[in-house]
Amino acid sequence: MMTDLTNLTVAQIRDGHRAGDFSAVEVAEAFNANVAGAKALNAFIVETPDHAIAAAKAADADRAAGTLKPLSGVPIGMKDLFCTNGVQTTAASHMLEGFVPRYESTVSQKLWDAGAGMLGKLNLDQFAMGSSNETSYFGNVISPWRRKDGGNAALAPGGSSGGSSSAIAARLCPAATGTDTGGSIRQPAAFTGISGIKPTYGRCSRWGIVAFASSLDQAGPMARDVRDCAIMLENMAGFDPKDATSLNLPVPNWEAALSSDLKGKTVGIPKEYRLDGIDPDIDAMWDAGIAMLKDAGANVVEISLPHTKYALPAYYIIAPAEASSNLARYDGVRYGLRDLPQGAGLQDMYAATRADGFGPEVKRRIMIGTYVLSAGFYDAYYTQAQKVRTLIARDFEQAFASCDVILAPTAPSAAFGLGEKMADPLAMYLNDVFAVPASLAGLPAMSVPAALNREGLPLGLQIIGKAFDEQGVLNAGLAIEERAGFTARAEKWW
Amino acid sequence: MMSDYRVQGETGEWEVVIGLEVHAQVTSNAKLFSGAATAFGAEPNTQVSLVDAAMPGMLPVPNRECIRQAVRTGMAIDAQINKWSRFDRKNYFYADLPQGYQISQLYHPLVGEGSLMIEADEKAGIPEAKRIGIERIHVEQDAGKLMHDQHPTMSYVDLNRSGVALMEIVSRPDMRSPAEAGAYVRKLRSILRYVGSCDGNMEEGSMRADVNVSVRKPGKEFGTRTETKNVNSVRFVMAVIEGEAKRQVALIESGGTVVQETRLYDPDRNETRSMRSKEDAHDYRYFPDPDLLPLELDDAFLAECRESLPELPDAKRARYLAAGISAYNADVLTAEVESALWFDALLETGAKPVAAANWVTSELFGALNRLGKSFADCPVTPAQAGELLGLVADGTISGTIAKQVFEKMLESGDGAAAIVEREGLKQTSDTGAIEAEIAKVLAANADKVEQYKAGKEALFGFFVGQTMKAMQGRANPQVVNELLKKALG
Repeated sequence: MMTDLTNLTVAQIRDGHRAGDFSAVEVAEAFNANVAGAKALNAFIVETPDHAIAAAKAADADRAAGTLKPLSGVPIGMKDLFCTNGVQTTAASHMLEGFVPRYESTVSQKLWDAGAGMLGKLNLDQFAMGSSNETSYFGNVISPWRRKDGGNAALAPGGSSGGSSSAIAARLCPAATGTDTGGSIRQPAAFTGISGIKPTYGRCSRWGIVAFASSLDQAGPMARDVRDCAIMLENMAGFDPKDATSLNLPVPNWEAALSSDLKGKTVGIPKEYRLDGIDPDIDAMWDAGIAMLKDAGANVVEISLPHTKYALPAYYIIAPAEASSNLARYDGVRYGLRDLPQGAGLQDMYAATRADGFGPEVKRRIMIGTYVLSAGFYDAYYTQAQKVRTLIARDFEQAFASCDVILAPTAPSAAFGLGEKMADPLAMYLNDVFAVPASLAGLPAMSVPAALNREGLPLGLQIIGKAFDEQGVLNAGLAIEERAGFTARAEKWW
Repeated sequence: MMSDYRVQGETGEWEVVIGLEVHAQVTSNAKLFSGAATAFGAEPNTQVSLVDAAMPGMLPVPNRECIRQAVRTGMAIDAQINKWSRFDRKNYFYADLPQGYQISQLYHPLVGEGSLMIEADEKAGIPEAKRIGIERIHVEQDAGKLMHDQHPTMSYVDLNRSGVALMEIVSRPDMRSPAEAGAYVRKLRSILRYVGSCDGNMEEGSMRADVNVSVRKPGKEFGTRTETKNVNSVRFVMAVIEGEAKRQVALIESGGTVVQETRLYDPDRNETRSMRSKEDAHDYRYFPDPDLLPLELDDAFLAECRESLPELPDAKRARYLAAGISAYNADVLTAEVESALWFDALLETGAKPVAAANWVTSELFGALNRLGKSFADCPVTPAQAGELLGLVADGTISGTIAKQVFEKMLESGDGAAAIVEREGLKQTSDTGAIEAEIAKVLAANADKVEQYKAGKEALFGFFVGQTMKAMQGRANPQVVNELLKKALG
């Protein structure tokens, strides 16, 4: 019997297709079948099997013609925050239900240009606001993982890129796009035992991605391993004149330069990330990670990021402030939902449309953001938060004077059960405590699976790098990946 | 000497304090943050990009030409150019504002402190030239336009203007009369048009003013001001100030207080009415636009902006005055960039400045008025006019004949020399011919000759006129003068 094609990584699919071991159409069909059979996970908002097949046919033709592209034959999942021409794009909101863009985001266009096909639009937290995927208007995504306690509690796949993480972990797609504003790639990757990298702010164009918090939003890949992340990122990154914050830098050949030999490299361990009362499994995984990097030849030093404790409060001022303004365009006037009660005026239309179109978490953040920007509070909140942000960036700069990369846990816990934290937004926000500082500083950071906890759930280690040094991050990630030997996968129950 | 404009109240005289915020549409083919076109009068919603419509995921990218025009404008008013500036979002909901915010510059404007001169105009009550301070110029997006007449119960929106670049030019509260404010707007408009950064077309809305007015007893503290929005002509600006000052004085003198508020001007009734008071003013929640990096200008860019500036109205006026041109003519010639450029081209032909200025401001302006034309479609070229003035200067034709020749030039489009030649209009200094006509004139007016000789010297002009008439205007007036004096002994 033939290998199950859906167990292959992006690199294996690419190379196997190139070698003629299988056709791209076979790959697409295999993944389409997995997608169709996994409705219970609710990972997709829209399935696009035809798109995947069409790209696969083109890939097979390209192979015959000898004109293969970097991602020929590779079907992927697209987070439903990326606008896709002719395919509904909702940001998992009622507000944009039925909205079909007539344009393609820069990142998704690059992926299609590289030969990739689309299996569907992946579910997420509404407008990327959430850490558990429970804020989606289209129902929460369920993680394929379950605790080894005999119970069948549905677990959160992380968020906001929870459709991406769940789909990859369940072999519904070999790789997917994610976006990360305060951990939305890294935390779901950690929760589901996969890898994901948020590159330096500006590496990937934000053009065509539904905005959450502009100064923080950054697209990145999620995949099964580090090499696949490198391959995907190479085909997502690049200067875009349509995004004023895009980095005008060449895209390195990250895959070719992958190396797990860390001799001569120094790894910083931030002492402020040792939180009191943290899950001992997390601490143990972190210590194991330190040992792995030493084994790879790295020198390990303790570093200090003194303003870490202010990062989360600053993030939860800046991100909602930007969101409150970015989401003002959803007003019922030009596209998306419009609620126009009988005899209503403009203000009534705004109120009805936005009350109906946004979910509770989105409303909460709009209200927080509106509050912190309002007259009389601006200096106390927004200005202060921006100062903190500057200090946090300076913390990292100073730390990187004595190390090349920083190693920390990705999240303070393993995946939690759906519904466990919805009643307490602050507890939910705390999930991002390790992820947020790198976002505020715009630094590249990735999560790689490193261990299972005592409940049999995956845990992720986070590597934070210097600005523009995705290579250093990927290489340290690779060193962990090779040593952690993480091969666990969720047993199929769906 | 300060302006003596005063509002007469029951309690005495009141002084008016005026500041203006002028919104000027930047001349540019594309909008401030998108590539969409900006032409006036296009069909609704035909000049709208995805960015202007604020579609999901769309991002603004600054248009360098708009920035360049604002910088050049700043240089033209001798303002400080800020090499580091930043865009802020001004947040409010309205159907003509697709993003839900206007991208503007509150905290760090592109252009800082500058000023411009308004000239003395005694007739208008401006006794001497006055410098008006300009606090800042920042660039920002225009909004779209609501259309209320397209549907019985609904309003439509036209986004053609949405995202068009505006300069907001904020004056100091330095003006003290409607005339000063009018002169300020005209001068600012003139400078913008010289620089080419705004077409100054107030009817099409390319320039409009928010008028801030307060009153006080002369020399006392500033009073509370009101702001009348979107006033779109010089005349209306002056009317708003006059009316608003009177309203405020009457209000205060009847025991009321002026409230800080936004008002609207109704040109049909020539009055302002309250739009909203400070209490219900929007909280715009300004904050730096996170989609845009700070704007940093380098020295090469600034140098290019400076080098590209044309000679500006004040410099031009000074040059004209130095050439002996009257202040009145200099003002008239420099007010509009088209007339000034046309006049400069005329000077290039070698025309004598004073005679040329007189001719342009009387003959040419008159002809354009009559024909309903402007310098943009002027029926004669500076070269043709230079040829005509040259014929006067070298004595080939008289000023009187020049008028006839000019008329024929306008009718036929032919050159002055050709017309003079063809029609035989050359001025004559032929003393014999002139003496013969003088003799006839004196003979026919023997009574007047008597009176002249008896001391009524004013009659000399009459004899000159009669002789010129007899010569059909072709006699050299100087020669006629000399010969007449001789003949009249």
